[in-house]
Amino acid sequence: MTIIQILIIVFFTLLFSFIKRGRDLFLLIASVLIIFWLQPALPIRGFDFWIPTLTLIITIFSWYITTDNTFNRKNIFTLVIIASIILLLNVTRYFSFAQIFTPSRPPQIEITFIIFLIFGLVLFLLRKISASFLTFGLILLLGIFLILKIPAWTLWLSSSLRGFVGQSVETASALDIRWLGFSYVAFRLIHTIRDKQAGRLPSVDLSEYITYVIFFPAFTAGPIDKIERFIKDLRQPFAGLNTEIFFNASQRLIIGLFKKFVIADTLALIALNDTNATQVNSTFWLWILVYAYAFQIYFDFSGYTDIALGIAKFIGINLPENFASPYLKPNLTQFWNNWHMTLTQWFRAYFFNPVTRWLRSWQKPLSMPMMIFLTQVATMVLIGFWHGVTWNFTIWGLWHGLGLFIHNRWSDFTKAKASEWANTSTKQSILNISGIIFTFHFVALGWIFFALSSPVTSWNVILKLFGVD
Amino acid sequence: MKSEINFTRVFIKGIFLFIIFNLVVALWQPNIGKFSLYNSIFTGRERLPFGENPKQSYNLSLFDLDAMFTSHVIHGTEKTEYEFRVIVIGDSSVWGTLLKPEETLTGQLNEMHLSACGKNVTAYNLGYPTISLTKDVMMLDYTMQYEPDLILWMTTLDAFPIEKQSSPIVEENQKQKTFWEKTFIGDRRAWADLIRLQIYGVMWSATGIDQFYPDNYEKAQTDFEPDESYHNFVKPNLDKNLLALNMLAEGFNIAGEIPLILVNEPMLISSGNNSDIRYNFFYPRWAYDEYRNMMNEISEENNWQYVDLWDILPANEFTNSAIHLTPAGEKILAESLALYIEGSCQ
Repeated sequence: MTIIQILIIVFFTLLFSFIKRGRDLFLLIASVLIIFWLQPALPIRGFDFWIPTLTLIITIFSWYITTDNTFNRKNIFTLVIIASIILLLNVTRYFSFAQIFTPSRPPQIEITFIIFLIFGLVLFLLRKISASFLTFGLILLLGIFLILKIPAWTLWLSSSLRGFVGQSVETASALDIRWLGFSYVAFRLIHTIRDKQAGRLPSVDLSEYITYVIFFPAFTAGPIDKIERFIKDLRQPFAGLNTEIFFNASQRLIIGLFKKFVIADTLALIALNDTNATQVNSTFWLWILVYAYAFQIYFDFSGYTDIALGIAKFIGINLPENFASPYLKPNLTQFWNNWHMTLTQWFRAYFFNPVTRWLRSWQKPLSMPMMIFLTQVATMVLIGFWHGVTWNFTIWGLWHGLGLFIHNRWSDFTKAKASEWANTSTKQSILNISGIIFTFHFVALGWIFFALSSPVTSWNVILKLFGVD
Repeated sequence: MKSEINFTRVFIKGIFLFIIFNLVVALWQPNIGKFSLYNSIFTGRERLPFGENPKQSYNLSLFDLDAMFTSHVIHGTEKTEYEFRVIVIGDSSVWGTLLKPEETLTGQLNEMHLSACGKNVTAYNLGYPTISLTKDVMMLDYTMQYEPDLILWMTTLDAFPIEKQSSPIVEENQKQKTFWEKTFIGDRRAWADLIRLQIYGVMWSATGIDQFYPDNYEKAQTDFEPDESYHNFVKPNLDKNLLALNMLAEGFNIAGEIPLILVNEPMLISSGNNSDIRYNFFYPRWAYDEYRNMMNEISEENNWQYVDLWDILPANEFTNSAIHLTPAGEKILAESLALYIEGSCQ
């Protein structure tokens, strides 16, 4: 999101917050419009219109297979609103001055009608919901996720789509398909499907579900809220802005804008990247570039989180915190408890804990260290995959998985000795500060694999950092 | 005891302090360009900041002469009794488009380890990629504080026409600022440029790169249309009234007692289509020949030291423009100028 887009969103959110009434409808309409508005233009004809439409269709299907609360009048009303918005945006195809919310000219409206027809037919065929649909939904989401995250598969999809719409296949690129916000949307959908399977999902209507999944302040960069917490806020009557909320939200927003557009964007000028990694001629400056990247990525992510939290506060939604001074934590476990917290909580809830329970249920359970090793490494590699299924993200995941395992073992081994030694506040401070410095550097070295696209370049950078050319 | 925060008062105080800050900046007019991390934390730049694609060149164009010169290595280099300081001013051919700092004219001169007056010659690149005599004089004026022993002023005909004298850097440094432009908000571009220049100091120090070097570039044009036009001049008269010749005199005035050598820089002499009409993209033959005659006459009349090196290089020693040289071309030029430098002892 650009600063102009954010300020426009803030303006309209504030405008609404003074009106007070009809918040649910405002959030639904604003969220639907904003996913079209923020979607970047794509070279495949019409696809930048179909991607947000597909986001909505997948969301509605997910709601349909997870809900007990089928098409009552309210839900049909929601469906009509969404269909109307899509059609209205589609109609702007004929009025270039009105193409404000779409990055390029929308496709032919007949295709939209055909898609609506197919959509209605599928809903009709699925009218008798069974548990297997939930599993199917999960597989479908993971499938889309893999296609978008594995560059070779994304390229295949791009070529296929280009062929389908009659465009040159030769110029296909994995970058042709940038599905804005899908990573976060997928996590929210998987959360609701898994909770439904576990019998924990609260009953929500379609409007609440869609608003939760594509809630505009958190659509592009999180945090990943839980639906039961989100709808609690949503169902609270909205009394409008008071001075305290206004200033608290503004403060959060301004801090976020400053973090993102002043600090992070400035650090981006000197942060490690594929180009400068091979240009730097001294170890000292290479460290500076690595530090710059470490702080840039923190201020970028946490800045966006602050912006999301600030905007959401204006309309009475308190999104969960995502970062809590992670670089000031004395060990890697604490770092991950405070870095992108909603993401790690998600992985803990839907991967780490179930896998641990499954491993424990074996007739001949693995040894505890082996179990910790497997679950931590697998979790971190999956988090790496979430960013992209590439060698560098895999190594980054392994780096942290192994780091967490080693810290776990080390901590078990030295806990008693450390507390015996650190019997004064000075010694405790020494232990704490050295832990912070060590953890920060471990994380910063890990970022090298994250920042660069080639394992060879990353390894060369690490060697150079330690004076080995 | 819990203290209540009155948000409205915080807001009003914030606005008030911001207004005060702007007024203080407007009235005080701090010389922000003098603030520089170069030559202390960062290595001084070997040429003046200039960059059209900052993210790739780790460099940027700005208008604040103080900021530009304080980032230059000359600002942080104290002149010793053993140094014979040569300052080279001019356009992009001096600055060194497509050349690494060590490949430029000054880089080549320094590589030759020349001596003059029993001192070691150190050449400083103070060229700037704008073709204008007025800009050159502005740079020369600023440069004098660095105590040069010799000034080399590289120029070409295209720097002379009056219509070429105004460039953004000249205009920005000549205009009177309004009160609004003196405030922090009004002058935010200068503040932002200064900060970005300091930040790019990291990348300059880390990489030694200060311009983007493309893998391929379009070679200078050698085939032309049969076009004899040159700006607003009418063949065969290169009207002196339309040339900023007064700027040459101004330059020599500024240099005063310091020797100044005016150099007609080398240019590409094409042998392609219509090369009997035009020497290159910039010049029809009649205009350039007339210019050379005029320069010889003027420098003789004024007793200026003038060196005409227009044809010392073959066409293959030019890169993307008729005045941009290859490293080998710069070396030949440096060797030609070395004689004048070594012989310039006062």
